[in-house]
Amino acid sequence: MKLDKVLKLAGIIVGVAIITVLAIWPVIPNVKWIPFTNLIKQGLDLKGGVYVVLEAVDTPDIPVTADSMKQAMAIIENRVNAFGVAEPIVQLQGSRRIIVELAGVSDPDEAVRNLIKTAYLEFKTSDGKTVLTGRQLKTAQEGKNPQTGQPEVNLEFEPDGAKIFAEVTAANVGKPIMILLDGQVVQAPTVREAIPNGKAQISPYESLEAAHNVAILLRSGALPVKLEVMEKRTVGPTLGADSLNKSIVAGLAGCIAILIFMIGYYRVPGLVANLALVIYTLVVLMIYAALHVTMTLPGVAGFLLSMAMAVDTNIIIFERLKEELWSGKTLRSAIDAGFKRAFVAVLDSHVTTLIAGMVLYYFGTGPIKGFGITLSIGVLASLFTAVAMTRWILQLVAGTNLIHNLKLFGK
Amino acid sequence: MSLRESMPFHFIKLRKIWYTISVLIILPGIISLFLQGLNLGIDFSGGSLLDLKFNQPTSIEQVRSVLDEFGLEGSSIQRSNETDYLVRTRELTEDENTNVVKELSDKLGGVTVQRSERVGPVMGKELIYKAFQALAVASVLIVIYVAWRFELKQGLAAIIAMLHDALVVLGVFSIFQIEVGSDFVAAVLTIIGFSLMDTIVIFDRVRENSLNKKKGEALEDIINRSMWQTMTRSINTVLAVLFVLVALLLLGGTTMRSLVLALLIGTLSGAYSSICNASPLWFDFKRMETKGKPKTAKA
Repeated sequence: MKLDKVLKLAGIIVGVAIITVLAIWPVIPNVKWIPFTNLIKQGLDLKGGVYVVLEAVDTPDIPVTADSMKQAMAIIENRVNAFGVAEPIVQLQGSRRIIVELAGVSDPDEAVRNLIKTAYLEFKTSDGKTVLTGRQLKTAQEGKNPQTGQPEVNLEFEPDGAKIFAEVTAANVGKPIMILLDGQVVQAPTVREAIPNGKAQISPYESLEAAHNVAILLRSGALPVKLEVMEKRTVGPTLGADSLNKSIVAGLAGCIAILIFMIGYYRVPGLVANLALVIYTLVVLMIYAALHVTMTLPGVAGFLLSMAMAVDTNIIIFERLKEELWSGKTLRSAIDAGFKRAFVAVLDSHVTTLIAGMVLYYFGTGPIKGFGITLSIGVLASLFTAVAMTRWILQLVAGTNLIHNLKLFGK
Repeated sequence: MSLRESMPFHFIKLRKIWYTISVLIILPGIISLFLQGLNLGIDFSGGSLLDLKFNQPTSIEQVRSVLDEFGLEGSSIQRSNETDYLVRTRELTEDENTNVVKELSDKLGGVTVQRSERVGPVMGKELIYKAFQALAVASVLIVIYVAWRFELKQGLAAIIAMLHDALVVLGVFSIFQIEVGSDFVAAVLTIIGFSLMDTIVIFDRVRENSLNKKKGEALEDIINRSMWQTMTRSINTVLAVLFVLVALLLLGGTTMRSLVLALLIGTLSGAYSSICNASPLWFDFKRMETKGKPKTAKA
C-alpha cells in the first residue's frame, strides 16, 4: 500500500464530492451561482414562454424592403422590451423573418397578438380626411382619468403635430374627430374647444392593463410592414415546470440504474467508471453553463444519451482490460494495453456520433439545434473523461496496491 | 464460460437467417409507409395544436360541440384524462385561436392553455426538406469518414445497416400511426449515430484481428470471432442506453414520449443491425469482389 497514492485518490474523491454538492445544492444562500446548475439557461419548453417566427408579407400598397425590415425589427424590439421579461431574443432570419423568444410571459398568446399588431394610429375629421398619424406622436402613457377614475391613454404630440392638432380642433369645434387604430374606430369624441397644448386622451378601456398595452403599441410606433405568424409555440409555466421536474427525476433514475449496473458487473473498474461518470456530468454541465447552452427537452434527451455513450466508452475499455488480464498481463500493463487498444474504437465511434450531432446542430432549428449541441458537447466530454479521467484514476487505484484480488478487476 | 470462448453459433454462416429476419421486420413497415404513410404532426403538415386543461371534468362531445361552432369539425381531439385534452386543428389565426379558447372557457367552465402551437404549411415543407438534407449530409460525411478509417465497402455496409434502423423506426411509426413531429427527425439521426457507433466497434475489432490473424483463418471466421469478442460490450451498452430510455419513457413528461419511443425502437434495431447485418453484408461485398476464388472455408 502506497500512502501518497491513497491520499491522492482520497483527494480526488473528496474534491469531486465537494464540487458535486456545490453544483446541485444551495449550500451558501444568496450566492447566485451556487448551485451552479442555476447558471444553465432553460429553454422555453422548460420555463414556459413563447417562440414565434414572423414573416413580413408584401401587400399591394407596401412592399417589403430591407429598410422596412430594419424598422420592423427595431419596433418589435421596443415592444419586446416593454414586456419586461429577462433575456428576450429578437433575431432576423434570412431577409424577411423575425424570430422572437420570450421566456416567462404569463399570457403568451396575448404577447404574440401585441407583437404583430400594426398599431397604425390615425386621427380623421368627420369628412374622412386623415389629419394626424402616429408618426407625429411624441409619447403615449396609460393613466386614470382624474375625474371619472376610468383607465385611459394619454397622448402627447410632437411640436409639429401639436400645431396641426391645434388648427384641426379649432376648425372642427362641435364636430367629431375620429381616432382609429389599425383602421378601426376606437373613439370619436366631439371637439368642444380648440386644444393648443398637443395633448389628447383615448378612453375608455376595460382595465389599466388594456390601456397599458395600447400605450406600448403607440409608443413603439406603427409597423412599416405586415407581419404574419409562420410558426408559434407557447408553453405555459406550469407545464414547463412539470416537464423540468419529470426530466430530472427520469434522468436521475436512469443514471442511478447505470451506476448500480456498472458496479454490479464490473466491480472495481465499475466504481472507477462511476467516479469518472460523475466527473463527466459535472464537466458537461459546466460547459453548458459556460457556453450559455439553452437546455430544452430534446436537449435533456441529448445529454442523457451522451451520458450513455460515456458509459459505453468505459464498457469498451473494461472489456479490453479483462482480455488483457486473461492473457496473463499484470494489472498495470493490462491497464495500459487495454486503453491503447480500446482508444481506436472509442475514437472512431465518437467521431461518427459527433458528425451526426454537428449536422443536427447545423441544419436543425429551435429544439433540434439544442439536441445537436448537447449531444456534441456530451460526445466530446465523454472522449475526454473516459480516456483521461478513467485511465488516470484506474492507474491510481492500481498503484495504491489496495486491491490484490484481480477478480475484482474482472479477471 | 464466457460467450467469447464458447461462441454458441457462427454469425456469418447463419447470415441468411439474419437477413430474413430483417426483411420480415422491414417489409410490413415499407408496405404501411406506401399505403398509409406517416401520421404527420403539425410540425410537418402545418396546423394548430392546443394542449388544454379544463377546470372541471369535460367530455370529448362537449369539446367537439364548441369546435363545431367554429367550423372545425375535422379536428382531432385527444383525451389524456378527464380534464386534459390535446386538440389539433387546421391552422388557426391568432384571432381564431383567441376566440376558440374564449368560447371553450366560457362554455365549459374555464380552461388553461398549457401549450399552444401554430405551424404554417411553409414551415412544415422546410422542415421536411431540412430533415432530408441533414440525413443526406450526415450519411455522406459518415461514409467518407468510415471509408477513410476502414474501407469503402465497410462504409457502405454501415450505411445500409443504418438505413435499416431508420426504416424499422419509420415502419413501426407508420404501422401504429404514431404521430411524428420535428423531434422525430432528431431521434432518427441519433439512432443512426448509435447504430454506426455499434457497427464501428465491431469493425474495429475485425480490423485488429485481421492484422494478427491465425494461420489459415478465413475471413468469415475472423469476423465471427470479432463479433463474439465484442458481444459482452454490445449487450452491456444496449442495456445502459435502455436504462436511460426506459426511465425517460416511464418517468419523463408526455411531451418527450414519441422521441423516447423512437429512440428505444432504434436502439434495439441498431444493436441488431450492427451485429447481424453490417458485418455479414460487408462479408458478402468482399466475396463479390473475390468472385471465382471463394475465401469461404467449406463447412
